[in-house]
Amino acid sequence: MPYTIRPEQGIDVDAESTGYLREHVDTGERWVLNFGPQHPATHTTLRLVLELDGERVARCTPHIGYLHSGFEKLGEHLDYNQYVTIVSRMDYLSPIHNDITWHGAVETLFGIEITPRCKALRTIMNELARIQNHLLCVGAAALDLGAITAFLFAFNPREKIYDICDFIAGQRFHADWTRVGGLMQDLPDEAVFRKLVKDLVNDDLPRAVDEFEGLLNANRIFIDRTQGVGQIGHDEAVAHSLSGPMARASGVKRDLRKDFPYLCYKDNWDNAGAPAVEFKVPIALEGDAYARFRVRVEEIKQSMHIVRQLIDAIPGGPVDTYADAKMVKPPKKDVYGSIEGLIQHFELVMSNRGWKAPVAEAYGCNEGPNGEQGFYIVADGSPRSFRVRTRPACFINYSVMARLTEGHLLSDVPAILGSINVVAAELDR
Amino acid sequence: MPADTKPTLDHPVFKIVKDQFPGKRFRGTEYRGQSTLIVDPADAHEVLAFLRDDASCRYNFLSDLFGIDYLNYPSRTIGRFAVVYNLVSHQRDDRLFVKVFLDPSLPTDGTADDPALYLDSVVDLWPGAEWPEREVFDMFGIRFRNHPDLRRILTWESYPAHPLRKDYPLRGRGEREQYRIVDRTSA
Repeated sequence: MPYTIRPEQGIDVDAESTGYLREHVDTGERWVLNFGPQHPATHTTLRLVLELDGERVARCTPHIGYLHSGFEKLGEHLDYNQYVTIVSRMDYLSPIHNDITWHGAVETLFGIEITPRCKALRTIMNELARIQNHLLCVGAAALDLGAITAFLFAFNPREKIYDICDFIAGQRFHADWTRVGGLMQDLPDEAVFRKLVKDLVNDDLPRAVDEFEGLLNANRIFIDRTQGVGQIGHDEAVAHSLSGPMARASGVKRDLRKDFPYLCYKDNWDNAGAPAVEFKVPIALEGDAYARFRVRVEEIKQSMHIVRQLIDAIPGGPVDTYADAKMVKPPKKDVYGSIEGLIQHFELVMSNRGWKAPVAEAYGCNEGPNGEQGFYIVADGSPRSFRVRTRPACFINYSVMARLTEGHLLSDVPAILGSINVVAAELDR
Repeated sequence: MPADTKPTLDHPVFKIVKDQFPGKRFRGTEYRGQSTLIVDPADAHEVLAFLRDDASCRYNFLSDLFGIDYLNYPSRTIGRFAVVYNLVSHQRDDRLFVKVFLDPSLPTDGTADDPALYLDSVVDLWPGAEWPEREVFDMFGIRFRNHPDLRRILTWESYPAHPLRKDYPLRGRGEREQYRIVDRTSA
């Protein structure tokens, strides 16, 4: 049962008045609705306190932190390889992407150049992770608006991506696949990997994208409920630090893969003159929930295009940087087969030994499914980082939630929430 | 692994900032091509506004804002706490870190309102700084002047500490065990 505002008791909303409140006279009909933290449309644990004027949102106050688990504090107590297990649980819609970002940042700190084979594999998995994340986002956004079929169409190919993770890392969900200077293991069987990925990007995925685009793109109900909803313009998107599809749907032409290239997005990535992978950065100008949906779908297609370019061009050679660096664990064959390998392995895993990190600070970032995800590492020479800061894309994107919902109807709130694609585990960390 | 070299302090913005503010003190560091400009806390807001608006700097995007606690850090730092602004210029595809050091004047094991741990908020320059500044306040107890709504964001209002400070233990100080339980009769 909703309750009316009692000003004398103080109400749990922001003090500053919003645009909507300035323009609309208080009719005395305002009431407060608590949305979440446990609600099917919040996907995870988020809470919104909505001050409603009839059915219109006059004021929206997001409360977060229900899933805060001290990930950044934990990072100060786990070494550079162990922390990948925590990182992977941040944006858990695409766990491998977090792994790649984290070890990319660590390698920036140590100054390790990973091998071409590792770069190609990481790029492929980075793009599959993006597809994985976008599929859930567009599917769930449709689900919140009542289109359960589209959700199921989107979920089928996601399952195939989990199968690929399972194949390469032995874990479906939290693969924890990267290591400092390489991967936990090389591909168990390259031919099988190629077949799994090709089946996905040439067959299952295009079909699924066609299917749910057919269901949604010209769907009167879906368009009516998303077009013009939760609009944010170019300048405001930049001022609010938005990144990723959120920013690109508002016409901000930014993509870290193009602006600060890394992995295979950079020319000459295999040191033999290979050009950067070719892809386009989709932009929309409307900045509403529908534009965000369209940008995400387009990014899925671009990611498929990137994977197709690389899957037949995975270079041979080792997957770990080993010969020239004392920073990576040697392959198991060397640990059991050579005295040097055994020594290096124990130098890295014994609790009183470990990495000789520089006393320095470095930042590494990766264009994630939800925007710029990065890690700022303060290293103190010990095997554990002194402080590790995540640049959480969801946290910063979600901070515009109040600005997006105010003035809209209550039924638009799930549509906006779905279009931001907030993952509470990364939001609260 | 390449040997650590001496920092190259030739980032063009260092010179621009020095010329623009002749009376102010700046320091610069660099590591693996990433440059950091260190600014005195009193000058931070003015310098950041300049970096955002000046035609040759144009750091129009505040990518991130976060705190660091340097308690017992092996290398000497100017102050115990640091607030770092991660700036990106969209026009020039350049990233610059601006760092401000603060030293506490009161014991740091509680939530005391320390007059030495105050900074000017940059929400007026970048509205996107609102939540990150709240997080810095929540985690480090650094307060921001002129912030529109400085409340804790990840922990609850009555949390008795700022948990990312280095003198706060990993497992907490028993907050989890002494959780106030609200049942139906008292809610």
